[in-house]
Amino acid sequence: MSAVKFSLDGREVEAREGESILQAAQRHGVDIPHLCTKDGLRADGNCRACVVEIDGERTLAPSCCRAPKAGMQVRSQSARAVAAQKMVLELLQSDMPAEAVCADSELDAWARKMNVGAPRFPHRAQPAADTSHPAIAVNLAACIQCTRCLRACREVQVNDVIGYARRGEIVFDCADPMGASSCVGCGECVAACPTGALLPLSPTRSPAGGGAGVKCVDSLCPYCGVGCQLTYRVRDDAIVGVDGRDGPANRGRLCVKGRFGYDYLRHAQRLTRPLIRKPGVAKSVDSTMADFREASWEEALDFAAEGLKRILARDGKYALAGFGSAKGSNEEAYLFQKLVRTGFGTNNVDHCTRLCHASSVAALLEGIGSGAVSNPVRDVALADVIVVIGANPTVNHPVAATWMKNAAERGATLIVMDPRETELARHATHALQFRPDSDVALLNAIANVIVTEGLTNQTFIAERTEGFDAFRDNVLAATPEAMAPVCGIDAETIRAVARTYARSRAAMIFWGMGVSQHTHGTDNVRCLIALALMTGQIGRPGTGLHPLRGQNNVQGASDAGLIPIALPDYGRVTDATVRARFEKLWVAPLDPKPGLTVVEILDAACRGEIKGMVIMGENPAMSDPDLAHARAGLAALEHLVVQDLFLTETAAFADVVLPASGFAEKAGTFTNTDRTVQLGRAAVSPPGEARQDLWIVQELARRLGLGWHYAGPQDVFAEMRRAMPSIAGISWERLEREGAVTYPCHGEDDPGQPVIFTDFFPTVSGRGRFVPAQFRPAAELPDAEYPFVLITGRVLEHWHTGAMTRRSSVLDALEPEAHVDVPPDDLAALGCAGGDFVTLETRRGKVSARARADAGLARGTLFMSFCYAEAAANLLTNPALDPFGKIPEFKYCAARLGKAPG
Amino acid sequence: MSRRHVRPVPAAVLEEVRSLVGVAPRRDLLVEYLHRIQDAWGCIDAGRLAALAQLMKLSRAEVFEVASFYHHFDVVREGEAPPPQLTVRVCDSLACALAGAEELLAAISQSLGDGVRVQRVPCVGRCECAPLAVVGRNPVEEADAHAVRYAIEAGATEAPLPGGARRLADYRAAGGFKLYADCVAGRRTAEEIIAALEHAGLRGLGGAGFPAGRKWRVVRDQPAPRLMAVNIDEGEPGTFKDRHYLEREPHRFLEGMLIAAWAVGIEKIYIYLRDEYAGLRALLAEELAALRAAFPQAPEIELRRGAGAYVCGEESAMIESIEGRRGQPRLRPPYVAEVGLFGRPTLEHNMETLYWVREIVERGAEWFAAQGRHGRKGLRSFSVSGRVVKPGVHLAPAGITLRELVDEFCGGMLPGHELYAYFPGGASGGILPARLADLPLDFDTLQEHGCFIGSAAIIVLSQHDSARAAALNAMRFFAHESCGKCTPCRVGTAKAAALMARDEWDTGLLKELAQTMQDASICGLGQAAPNPLLSVLKFFPHELEKKP
Repeated sequence: MSAVKFSLDGREVEAREGESILQAAQRHGVDIPHLCTKDGLRADGNCRACVVEIDGERTLAPSCCRAPKAGMQVRSQSARAVAAQKMVLELLQSDMPAEAVCADSELDAWARKMNVGAPRFPHRAQPAADTSHPAIAVNLAACIQCTRCLRACREVQVNDVIGYARRGEIVFDCADPMGASSCVGCGECVAACPTGALLPLSPTRSPAGGGAGVKCVDSLCPYCGVGCQLTYRVRDDAIVGVDGRDGPANRGRLCVKGRFGYDYLRHAQRLTRPLIRKPGVAKSVDSTMADFREASWEEALDFAAEGLKRILARDGKYALAGFGSAKGSNEEAYLFQKLVRTGFGTNNVDHCTRLCHASSVAALLEGIGSGAVSNPVRDVALADVIVVIGANPTVNHPVAATWMKNAAERGATLIVMDPRETELARHATHALQFRPDSDVALLNAIANVIVTEGLTNQTFIAERTEGFDAFRDNVLAATPEAMAPVCGIDAETIRAVARTYARSRAAMIFWGMGVSQHTHGTDNVRCLIALALMTGQIGRPGTGLHPLRGQNNVQGASDAGLIPIALPDYGRVTDATVRARFEKLWVAPLDPKPGLTVVEILDAACRGEIKGMVIMGENPAMSDPDLAHARAGLAALEHLVVQDLFLTETAAFADVVLPASGFAEKAGTFTNTDRTVQLGRAAVSPPGEARQDLWIVQELARRLGLGWHYAGPQDVFAEMRRAMPSIAGISWERLEREGAVTYPCHGEDDPGQPVIFTDFFPTVSGRGRFVPAQFRPAAELPDAEYPFVLITGRVLEHWHTGAMTRRSSVLDALEPEAHVDVPPDDLAALGCAGGDFVTLETRRGKVSARARADAGLARGTLFMSFCYAEAAANLLTNPALDPFGKIPEFKYCAARLGKAPG
Repeated sequence: MSRRHVRPVPAAVLEEVRSLVGVAPRRDLLVEYLHRIQDAWGCIDAGRLAALAQLMKLSRAEVFEVASFYHHFDVVREGEAPPPQLTVRVCDSLACALAGAEELLAAISQSLGDGVRVQRVPCVGRCECAPLAVVGRNPVEEADAHAVRYAIEAGATEAPLPGGARRLADYRAAGGFKLYADCVAGRRTAEEIIAALEHAGLRGLGGAGFPAGRKWRVVRDQPAPRLMAVNIDEGEPGTFKDRHYLEREPHRFLEGMLIAAWAVGIEKIYIYLRDEYAGLRALLAEELAALRAAFPQAPEIELRRGAGAYVCGEESAMIESIEGRRGQPRLRPPYVAEVGLFGRPTLEHNMETLYWVREIVERGAEWFAAQGRHGRKGLRSFSVSGRVVKPGVHLAPAGITLRELVDEFCGGMLPGHELYAYFPGGASGGILPARLADLPLDFDTLQEHGCFIGSAAIIVLSQHDSARAAALNAMRFFAHESCGKCTPCRVGTAKAAALMARDEWDTGLLKELAQTMQDASICGLGQAAPNPLLSVLKFFPHELEKKP
């Protein structure tokens, strides 16, 4: 169907394909009142404010739900239509509370515009306000039953918390208080509500961006790798609200962290002056502000640099190392690695990518020549089959999960594989709750079915890959029957999944740290790559491989060279040609020896080999495995410089702490999980004497003898474009103009490439490489002494080590304390109930926390989030490393569970 | 907090509910599952509701919103007390109100003890025996407090099987299903059957009056698979004809249904029976089983149970309900014939429309068409209640006048009662005054008076009754039964009822409101709800002059 001409109020107008009468009218400047319809939501036609008269029809028609037909005579301004429009508004107005609940009610606005006078009808009985939720005020007295919130909750975010109950009541779950419901706090309902029946508790709502003294700053969400665009609403130099923005990854959607987790910037514990450890005070995770004294920037920077220079002069360059952060901008990552490489003179620079997807990157580089995703998340809209393995996106990538759930609702086959029954499993056609640690067994069995049932893509294998024969031979023994007892999934299910995936027109595989954080993480990913290669499920829209990147800029930080084996854009440090290019660009010699990784660096610190470190925004004292060991390494350092927002657990070990700037206090580019580069803009100023991180890095560099003169992030980014061909086509101005550009992007006129590997793989041969993998058990298996398997991960409300989110009032109110998830039967066997304190112990440490019964865990499996300093899960985890990616086994160790005394 | 941490479902509760719904529950059977829980435990408590949601991979909100939509489900939230074991439902709709429902309610509402709950409910479809009290599932006709107590004490809480029904064997012995067998065997053509319906002028007898033959053609031309939905939700106050026929001749309907399915090429049939007809449900279940055995090749037939929602008599709301959702009408276009049940083209019929198929074909279209009076064609099954000597279903010529109907079929007015007014088409058809008792009653004849015949439910009022009170009764009924989706109906019915309860009516405002309800409501419920109100304004202004 194409454009249609119809008559609107006596004038011929044209409606575009798919447009409703209302939309066509709006485009032609005809205002028809409407309430229940909103861009981005399915039109529902329930409020009837937009009714129009159509010739030949008995009743009026809702213009929001009616497609114009050629020759249709539509009257939106006839006396009959207007009478109905006004009556609907009056009926709704008559039930509004006497005092307006928000200044920008769409109902009020339309009533004013349509000259609807004081309502003449008696009021309804009003429900009580519900203030049970920490972030959202529910005042259904202002509800007009338009169900925009319901559609936002159910059809956009697919969180399914809001219902329309009885004969017209908005409810949460079973008419529970919102705060006691399963609401995940995404706030999509608040954004959708036209009347203020749902409002942020912060009293500054103004979706249009207006409001006295409020300025709006377009920026990004600082949390996960999805890379949602948002707008900060700022008043008196403080963020007072957040709105979703129409970015490519989020289309206006946000999650609870992005929408409500911003007040950490003004938390009382923010560092506002440089700190120097008082003499003689022992280094400990328990160090407090009292153990430090304030210093001027000049003194602190000199002190920081002197310590580094002292070690450099005395012990040589290999005694120094630096940790950057995936939370910083591309420019910060780039400058930081440049500081280490040219200021310290080694490649001893790494960041938390080591702890999340190092094994994925190792396997991807080996197999298909690039560590980045092949397709953006939103390609799920084009996929027929979506495999999600070892990832819990509703918690860790909530907005990405919404697209997956949308796809499942649309009819795509969602296959979820995870030892835990995650929320996504509810939407899945197949939910494979396999035994922890058995990824390779399960995946090889799937590959076996594809091979033995002739479901391989022979053309693709022949033209685009190498090494298939060895891979095939390796999986021949891994029959579903043989692997079923290992992985706990019955053979028929394995077969069904294999057939579905292999036969699919377009299939995507997503994975997270459930796959990567194992001593066999690289093998796990090799299997996933092989599945895509053997079936040709890569290199097309809706078809490919996507490791869900964890942090907001873990992709960008890695790209920028914040890793010990590669320079910006992944040229190996061992490659003389690559080094020569960068030596020329940076006018400095570069070390050919690959640097140490995160865990290796702290090991070396424990051994006294690394003596000095700079840590920018990273919190290894919480995020590393076997924290007692990691913390001992930090404590053993002779000189530790930390730049951060707070006195983190890591900063507690520092000799000097430099107060840095938060996300919304600085400008920079960030690269999300889709390889899309986006611009974060400063919305507020750093408090007190806190400074921009780029400035701090430059000041340190200057004191180490590097003559840098970057006026700001634009200057750094300009240099990065010269250093990194993949982003050569992305200019700062272009980002300001377009908001988002996906690399590879080689020229200013290159639109960017969301889908890669369409014709070749960036390997030496141009072919994808099969790498066989054998099932190997985890480094530490349960035994009589430690009979449980402990899996660690995250919770929705908290980010990484909790440094930001636990200081965000809403987020910490939603998830205020540490907890261990325990299968109900195991909890009962212990004689405990949900809410009781339990102790959790491994060979490395012991914590105590409240137990939560979790029927989504198989017996013998425990889960804990690592964000809680008071019960740090990483005291327990096993530092055993994957041999290729050097990633620790966060997802598996042996533990025992006990009833807490007293 | 992760969702499954919010009030986790104990494994035992999960197993209990699993035993009711099986290992692979179907989304469309949600209402059915809710019935099973309600039947088994007398209510639907939050824990079992959550268990059901988990087993069906639905959210709690999705289950709660459906459960709480239907009046027959007692959803008990956390911390709330379950309802008493036994419920006595007293109908307070038009015919029962005339027959003393309020007095009955007053007599029993305090006196039946803690174990019994007395609920006022809308029409239960037995208006010829008003007033009605349904004890458990057992309808007590012409009820008084004594009869209700007697039923409770006797433990008579289940609906008896309709005694006079002609069962399959008898029906076949009398020539039943011969026509269907002829059709299936190719001795009849679909074209011939459809032509017969068209010549007979058979129209949809649920109320809308859409020509049946044309509907068959429209659906037959849609792409397969095509489905069929039979509407026996008979909830229009005053209407009880479908029950009347089914209690006597269930197979006449079933044969018509199978012929329709054959002629249109239907893959599967859903029969939606209102929950109030518990006895009929048992009867139909038995007879459908017998039918399945007799005609194994016939399309699959599912008998679905309503759950107390008048609006589910609206075809698209019924479809939503069959799909396991709230009974909210859909917007049209698209029409049900094109996009209906489960998104498939759907032949939707009232039970009675199908009931006439066999007779029309066997006796000839001319026979049926020749039955009318005053220029109208065919037969109409009038459900008559109110102030007449012989209330009940009266099969009479289409076009008969009210006066003729009362005199010739209903034994005249009750002693001491003179005709004052009548509802020609249930609560939604408006109210006509006695001076208009000589209008032919049929589709399309009452529009100019702001009324319609609908399902031909005639409620006769006498000089002792008040049209204004009846209109208020009707409006309260609509407010209670509005699905809550669209503003003109949800808010409009509530506001209208509130305004009509006042001593003085704001007639200007009521007229304005009525116009918008008629013009802008999504479905017939809201569009027709103002009819009785407008009738009072038009025909009974004298009742508004003083306080009632």
